[in-house]
Amino acid sequence: MTARPATPTSVDPTEAVRLAEIARRIRVEVIRAVNHARAGHIGGPLSAADLLAVLYFHVLRIRPEEPAWPDRDRFILSKGHSSIALYAAMALRGYFPVEELLTFDAAHSRLQGHPDMTRLPGLDMSTGSLGMGLSAGMGIALGARLTGRACRTYVMLGDGECQEGEVWEAAMAASRYGLDNLVAIVDHNRLQQYGWPGDGPDGRIPPQVPGELVAKWSAFGWRVLEVDGHDVAGVVRVLEEAGQGDGRPVVVIAYTVKGKGVSFMEGHYFWHTRAIKPEEFASAMAELGEPRPAESGAPR
Amino acid sequence: MTLPMGRPMREIFGETVAELASADPRIVMLDGDLGSSTKADIFEKAHPDKYLQMGIAEQNMLGVAAGLATMGLIPFISTFVSFAVVRPLDQVRLLIAQTGLNVKITAGYAGLFTGQTGMSHIIVDDMSIMRAMPGMVTVSPADDVEAREVLRWAAAYEGPCYVRLVRDATQRLFGDGYRFEFGKAVQVRPGTDVTIFSTGSQTPRVVDAAELLAADGIDVHLIHVPTIKPLDIEAIVAGAERTGRVITVEEHTVIGGLGGAVAETLSEHRPTRVDRIGLRDLYPESGPNDALLDIYGLSSTRVAEQVVRLLRGA
Repeated sequence: MTARPATPTSVDPTEAVRLAEIARRIRVEVIRAVNHARAGHIGGPLSAADLLAVLYFHVLRIRPEEPAWPDRDRFILSKGHSSIALYAAMALRGYFPVEELLTFDAAHSRLQGHPDMTRLPGLDMSTGSLGMGLSAGMGIALGARLTGRACRTYVMLGDGECQEGEVWEAAMAASRYGLDNLVAIVDHNRLQQYGWPGDGPDGRIPPQVPGELVAKWSAFGWRVLEVDGHDVAGVVRVLEEAGQGDGRPVVVIAYTVKGKGVSFMEGHYFWHTRAIKPEEFASAMAELGEPRPAESGAPR
Repeated sequence: MTLPMGRPMREIFGETVAELASADPRIVMLDGDLGSSTKADIFEKAHPDKYLQMGIAEQNMLGVAAGLATMGLIPFISTFVSFAVVRPLDQVRLLIAQTGLNVKITAGYAGLFTGQTGMSHIIVDDMSIMRAMPGMVTVSPADDVEAREVLRWAAAYEGPCYVRLVRDATQRLFGDGYRFEFGKAVQVRPGTDVTIFSTGSQTPRVVDAAELLAADGIDVHLIHVPTIKPLDIEAIVAGAERTGRVITVEEHTVIGGLGGAVAETLSEHRPTRVDRIGLRDLYPESGPNDALLDIYGLSSTRVAEQVVRLLRGA
């Protein structure tokens, strides 16, 4: 096993600015691709953008030019319906041209509506039917231990997804094996596709009550870390802390906002998946600061 | 003359996978808390570090198997057919069949012999389900000799496969020199009056039925079909041409399994009358093995009776 570098206690401010800019670009590419495809999920990809920026540009040991590198860290997007955000992160990281993002959801595209590992190199598992990614991630983490590889496996789940029973089967089994090379990240945006009726925004209540996820993962024997999922410096710190194994698998509960970055999309379940109208597209792009003044040729 | 009894396929399972793992360090065993029934415990004794208890959580187990396969390991699955096929069906489909990952779904307790458990545990539509799934191959060995051969083949085969194994001792069809050939049917008995296709541990009982039928003046051409998918189309067509009359026999539903596959194939390639003997559209009850074979028309005597009725219209 190769040693990993010790955890820095603070995050370089310029690095935080860089990661925040990458997250912004992920959001721009998400809106552009979904608008182009006239279909696709929006709310979940936007809530996950900062987490993906930190993973793909700071945390994961990967080689975009050698996607099957055996010692790479693995990432599984268990909430596969947020695929376009993952594709955007991968394209920006250099796995494939950014222009290819406009083939999202098109016939013959490698960028399927839900991730298909047989089509796109760099995907570590096919996902889409919710609840499955953590099991596969546990298999990878267990396989890494059995084969003596120092790689780490990260699995991103949705909070709505945590209603699936298989998540808790995997949580039970992974802690029995003490897989501290396995990190689950819950994108806790507190909305699901439609939601349970109740006294909340738009007549819906969140998928869990406050504190429920922390209590559950703790009860299943996991080390639980919490973070503001839109604070890139905080996410860097918490993922580096997650890397310091103590014999337990780690879950990071990332508090996020569904639709983050576009004000009229934030916090509304109906932006889970929806076609974007032309005026909404223009407004979203403007809010995301796109095109940037320098790129558009306008004076800064 | 009745075929002799062989050893239970479940013992062959534990022993053979243990032997394979001694030669191939990539092999691991995932157990859904049934190792004392499926005889994965034999494997555990030989390779405690490669035996991975997954608990009573089959959906997770199949997902873990997919993850292990991406790391170059070769997972074998130890559980009952119902808990390997229908309970984690979505996991099998998305994570194993769609990905093509190298997972061996080697489930025990196929067919009626489930140790008097009843309809929750007896599953007779597993072959229909698995052969309909793109990317999944389905193999149903006849006896202990063929089960060993099939497990050896499975370890060497690159990709997902479904192998159905029987809990109890069944009759031995093959000699020690038998070699399983993936995707190939096996002629067991040449005959002229009717061609019977059979699979799994039903085939030895059809051999006995053919003896009874010979005494009754019916000369059976018997072909054993261990690989349900991909089906040996050439052998099915040639078998039908030989007598012009086809009957299928299986310890499984007649809907979509061997009978369905043979009927589909012949209607496309060489339209021939096909009758299907097997479980009708029902859930079987629990009971001793011999009683169940008799109730559902799969004992050698009952098969012979049905063949006579079908051929002579009695």
